[in-house]
Amino acid sequence: MSSPVLRWLPETPDWLARLKAAEQASGVSWAGLVALAGERIDFLRAERLDRLLQARFPVPPDRNQQDRVQGEPIRLAILGSSTVAHLHAPIRVAALRRGLWLTTYETDYGQYRQELLDPSCGLHRFRPTAVLLALDARHMTQGVSAEADDAGHCEQAITQLRQCWRLAREAWQCTVLQQTVLPVLPAMLGQNEQRLPGSAAGMVARLNARLRAATDEDGVHLVAIDATAAQDGVRSWHNPVLWLRAKQDISPAAAPMYGDLVVRVLAAQAGRSAKCLVLDLDNTLWGGVIGDDGLDGIVLGQNSPLGEAFAAVQDYALQLARRGVILAVCSKNNEADAAAVFDHHPEMTLRRSDIASFVVNWDDKATNLRRIAQELNIGLDALVFLDDNPFERNLVRQELPEVMVPEVPDDDPASVPEILADAGYFESVALTGDDLARTAQYQAGVSRRAQEAQATDLPGYLRSLQMRLVSGRFDRIGFSRIVQLINKTNQFNLTTRRYSDGGVLALMADPAAFGLQFRLLDRFGDNGIIGIVIGRLEPGRRCVLDTWLMSCRVLGRQVEEATLNVVAGEARAMGAMELIGEYRATPRNGMVAGHYERLGFSRSTPGPDGAVRFSLALDGFAMRPVAAIELVDGVAA
Amino acid sequence: MTEPEIYRRLTEIFHDVFGDDTLVLTPGLTADDVPGWDSMRMITILVAMEERLGVKLRSREVNGLACVGDLAAIVALKLG
Repeated sequence: MSSPVLRWLPETPDWLARLKAAEQASGVSWAGLVALAGERIDFLRAERLDRLLQARFPVPPDRNQQDRVQGEPIRLAILGSSTVAHLHAPIRVAALRRGLWLTTYETDYGQYRQELLDPSCGLHRFRPTAVLLALDARHMTQGVSAEADDAGHCEQAITQLRQCWRLAREAWQCTVLQQTVLPVLPAMLGQNEQRLPGSAAGMVARLNARLRAATDEDGVHLVAIDATAAQDGVRSWHNPVLWLRAKQDISPAAAPMYGDLVVRVLAAQAGRSAKCLVLDLDNTLWGGVIGDDGLDGIVLGQNSPLGEAFAAVQDYALQLARRGVILAVCSKNNEADAAAVFDHHPEMTLRRSDIASFVVNWDDKATNLRRIAQELNIGLDALVFLDDNPFERNLVRQELPEVMVPEVPDDDPASVPEILADAGYFESVALTGDDLARTAQYQAGVSRRAQEAQATDLPGYLRSLQMRLVSGRFDRIGFSRIVQLINKTNQFNLTTRRYSDGGVLALMADPAAFGLQFRLLDRFGDNGIIGIVIGRLEPGRRCVLDTWLMSCRVLGRQVEEATLNVVAGEARAMGAMELIGEYRATPRNGMVAGHYERLGFSRSTPGPDGAVRFSLALDGFAMRPVAAIELVDGVAA
Repeated sequence: MTEPEIYRRLTEIFHDVFGDDTLVLTPGLTADDVPGWDSMRMITILVAMEERLGVKLRSREVNGLACVGDLAAIVALKLG
């Protein structure tokens, strides 16, 4: 059984020579070590690199420009039931790979519970910022027998773990990681093992399922080695010969993968996971070259196995986008050619509105990636760049070492989704973000309504929501959601004017207009972008509200009044003396016919297209009292 | 695999395991001769042999391995 391989990392023939040079050099830099850790190395090389790391940086490097150490130093305590000595180096190297400095500690063999309880022991002196419970199957199933009640035994084990989590939290307010149990025990009954009372193998399966619920409830994060081992094969993770000789539950051969799994959770928690997937186009999202092959010559979709493989790449990207990953495009092409595929190819899964930054030109890719990071206002280290072309990949790795560039086979799109998934670039411990958490938003809506039913007075309820309305001008990160809202909102929409991508872009560039986006947060979660207002300054220092739309999910919460306060401020800052609201009746928007009058506007003369108009003087405008909502100025991201 | 080739590959492994590129392997070299060659390091060497040379070692075979000559012999036996 072959060992787990970090196959998304590049492999260069001169790695060993570079390591040896670094070993000989008097002062190898932090960045130099980070680069060595970013390549595909086996456990022996990881140990060798770690030896150099320990000698050079026994304490965290200074935070000067040259040593780009990321985040806070991490102090990880490993609470194991078997031998874990061989896991320290791969964990530290996995941290180094992400620019994180991490030091480790392990409890004495089999002593993790005692050390948690005894304030005088080494664990307490170590003061961990994170603890990892790494317990093996034999340890977890001790005492299970045909006479014992299986379910009871499993619950007892969970109760004991919960006690460990609580002790660690109380002692150090630290992050707690719980490793799932590697299913290494042989079955006795077979495929329906769960029917055998007292089966240890059966209990491990039950325990791993139970751990998923318990960690969710307690805010503990899983290191799900059972899931990864299910893909690689448990036999590539656990070697019975090594278990007998050295009590190693995890084989050293699997240790580099193990280290990466541990650290990606810690990095995710520290907010260091990637945020944006940047996609090349030709031979990455479709087969062929659009500039040469044309719209009907590229390979994509249901017409061939290869076409389906490219469609699957697009589908995976779209699924990532739906859970909060930003998508961008970076391609060498004529922009019109590339845009035509998105707009007109019937088999395209991705649309322009899914892409937050669309950079298609003939500049080099490093320059364009810098542009994308700037446009989205995120760091280069938040980018993952997917490109089938080894030349482009290596150029970007050399020019922008912060950007993550997965190694993908240049002729096999079928393996791309799984490589992206295996790499764990977008590891997340909590769902956050906008479109993504649709489910969570609806769930939060449910508990909000439950509380509404209990609340005795509306103002008191609204105050208890701790609402914050975050407003800002249109930007690239919110772009796709803004366009989506403008084009699909029918009910709470005063004018129902639709804008294309280009129309919104033109508006963003117009100095005599503003586009405002509003995001509502409350104690139950982030409602995402819930309001859009577009204003244009007209002669006579009048600001006409071209568009005002809102999500019906936030009605009845005084968000309209709070929004008016922001809009009035924006209009005044542009020099307007008067706000003009418009209402254009459609079959769907009767609910907002009285919107402006409710806000204190008075009826005015109709507009040029017959729209009903309302007017509000801005000199002497008093902020509408909205005690329940805090206004926050900023980009709504 | 020829004997010189086996020694070349074992030397690579020892250099990585001990981080010392000056180590010269001889058949009689044992744990007593190399600082840091303890039972954990021995495990590392054995796993590296499995991974890098593609030999699969059984529990009983591992018991008899004491010196570099033993390691070379088992590789020669397994790889023919």
